[in-house]
Amino acid sequence: MNILVVGLSHKTAPVNIRERVAFAPTAMEEPLKQVVALPGIAEAVIVSTCNRVEIYASSRDPEGACAQLRQFLAAYHGIAADELNPHLYDLCGGEAIHHVFRVASSLDSMVIGEPQILGQIKTAYGYASEFKTVGLILNRFLHKAFSVAKRVRTETEIASNAVSVSFAAVELARKIFGSLADKTVMLIGAGEMCELAARHFVNNGISQVLVTNRTLERAQKLAAEFNGRAVPFDSYVEHLHQADIVLTSTGAPGFILDRPQLEGVIKRRKNRPMFLIDIAVPRDIDPRANDIDNIYLYDVDDLQEVVQANLKERHKEAKKAEAIVQTEVGQFHQWLGNLDVVPTIVALRKKFEDIRKDELEKTLSRFSHLGDKERKSIEAMTAAIINKALHQPISLLKQCKGDRACDGYVDAVRVLFDLTPPDPDAGDTSAEDGLNELPLKE
Amino acid sequence: MSINLLLFKITLLVYLVATGLLLLDVVFRRELFGRIARRVLVAGFVLHTVVLALRWFDVGQTPVSSPHEAYSFFAWAVVGIYLLFDLRYRLAIIGAFVCPVAVVLMIVSSAMPKQVREPNPLLDSWWFPVHVSLAFAGYAIFALACVAGIMYLLQERMLKGKHFSGLYFRLPSLDILDNINSRCLSFGFPLMTMGIISGTVWANAAWGDYWRWDPKETWALLTWFLYAALLHGRLTIGWRGRRAAIFAIIGFCCLLFSFFVVNAMTSTEHSFRAMQGETMVLPR
Repeated sequence: MNILVVGLSHKTAPVNIRERVAFAPTAMEEPLKQVVALPGIAEAVIVSTCNRVEIYASSRDPEGACAQLRQFLAAYHGIAADELNPHLYDLCGGEAIHHVFRVASSLDSMVIGEPQILGQIKTAYGYASEFKTVGLILNRFLHKAFSVAKRVRTETEIASNAVSVSFAAVELARKIFGSLADKTVMLIGAGEMCELAARHFVNNGISQVLVTNRTLERAQKLAAEFNGRAVPFDSYVEHLHQADIVLTSTGAPGFILDRPQLEGVIKRRKNRPMFLIDIAVPRDIDPRANDIDNIYLYDVDDLQEVVQANLKERHKEAKKAEAIVQTEVGQFHQWLGNLDVVPTIVALRKKFEDIRKDELEKTLSRFSHLGDKERKSIEAMTAAIINKALHQPISLLKQCKGDRACDGYVDAVRVLFDLTPPDPDAGDTSAEDGLNELPLKE
Repeated sequence: MSINLLLFKITLLVYLVATGLLLLDVVFRRELFGRIARRVLVAGFVLHTVVLALRWFDVGQTPVSSPHEAYSFFAWAVVGIYLLFDLRYRLAIIGAFVCPVAVVLMIVSSAMPKQVREPNPLLDSWWFPVHVSLAFAGYAIFALACVAGIMYLLQERMLKGKHFSGLYFRLPSLDILDNINSRCLSFGFPLMTMGIISGTVWANAAWGDYWRWDPKETWALLTWFLYAALLHGRLTIGWRGRRAAIFAIIGFCCLLFSFFVVNAMTSTEHSFRAMQGETMVLPR
């Protein structure tokens, strides 16, 4: 059995293609059922997000199945195959496993390390198991993908540095103040960015919020939202020394805070550090204020640069993550190989054993005069014939476990002896028992 | 090679391993390395304690009277103080900065002549261990303050300059580093003060005068004033951060100067020569 992936992502398709092949999350039953009804496809999961649409499937005939899935995607969404095909990729076997593990670990995301994709795959898997389009292989496969993603998150710091401007501000504050628990933030002006950043600060434990605005009502409204306090605009400088973190985003044409003013404030604070975030354009705070000891002034561009540094750091961590994914792919691939060989051997034995029993019964019923000893001898002889006949093919199958050639052998054995596919719900422990030779009776 | 010397070399090796592990923790950010390093360092510290105890037994006096003994004792104090602070801060990166200091001291120590001298009757007093223990504990704490100061300046430079190297992500917050500075000061300063006072009391008992202005005493007083100024500044006018960090670094440089240069170069009672009985310091 092989795992395969057919789909497209932000790396291969522009948004005008992606939006046309997206599946509605409310109507997943229909496409899932259609996919598993396709010839050669045993199980399927459909992942559809704004950045990717992918079908994960298990099949015995990967090439045929890939072609089927390509056709399905085009036909289902009513797009000409010629138009869609250049954007689609199809992967199978180790490459497919590698791809899905990377996607789940957010190594293939637009912003590396962002965790949403894992939740989206979990949801997609949820639909697939609700509509019973997944069996043994994809169940095991996706759970493995989730655990790989978890390993990546805990063993690397791929998601630990902020990649949004407002969250980067929170992290900078942490690098300056350590804990934010007893800190006060002041909002000057009420831009949208400012509000968003303030919300991040509040969610990260800031204890007090002060708001000031040219219109006092606006300030009061915003203050109420944050459980904070409004300060009149003409006297806010008097309150500035209470604030550890200041967010400014007024529409003022020039600086509203200059260096001497801030020197006075820092003196009043007894040099306790202050983190000033100037989100306004044109800027609200004289950039020379950054030269004052214990004042850290960041404007929009500075924050942007922090985000760039964080992204670089994430890319470094991604290298560690890739190594983790690589080892896990190897392990899973091996499991998949074992899974195929073991039930095949079991089925092969069962086939021969059934034939032996049938024939034995027919023969012995005609020789009712035979004693117990003779019957046992005949039974032992038939068992020995089967064991000897099957010895070579079975040991070959056992040896090739995990080889690339193995799939070919397993397929041949299944076709030659007309073996039914393995029961997806049977665990591999029960199958393992069948590997032992038939008991020889004396 | 005596047992003592062998153990000394093993200790140095263990410290080197711990330093290497701490650096690995910082570079590759694998906490596992840091956890192992902590254990290795504790083991090294225990071993080092044994080394010093054996030496004490051999010499019959607190083992600080030759350069070899003094630098080794200094390294031991630095590691001990770091381990104490580590109980609270649990930051491998501090260790990655502190342990090299201990390793350098150990290497300097191992390069010095190691023979055991006759005990010096002049040092045959209970004041001797008291005086040097207080002084070395103070030194070690100020060494930590200096290291935290260097880390503070690095981190502050990145935050002010908005250029972030990999170190930025590994260094703790400015607040923690400043907090270490203040803590070191509030423990180190009393220890240093008591060290100086115990010395004067001992001097009075031995020679009949409290203060003789030998170069070591002068430097110690100068350094003491420096730390006193920092403590005063911190408590009253809100000195902190960068200024406190710079003070801690300068203060420790003064200590190092008085330790390495004054003890080794002069011939008054704090010099190694006097402590080893080569020149007699007589009551005036």
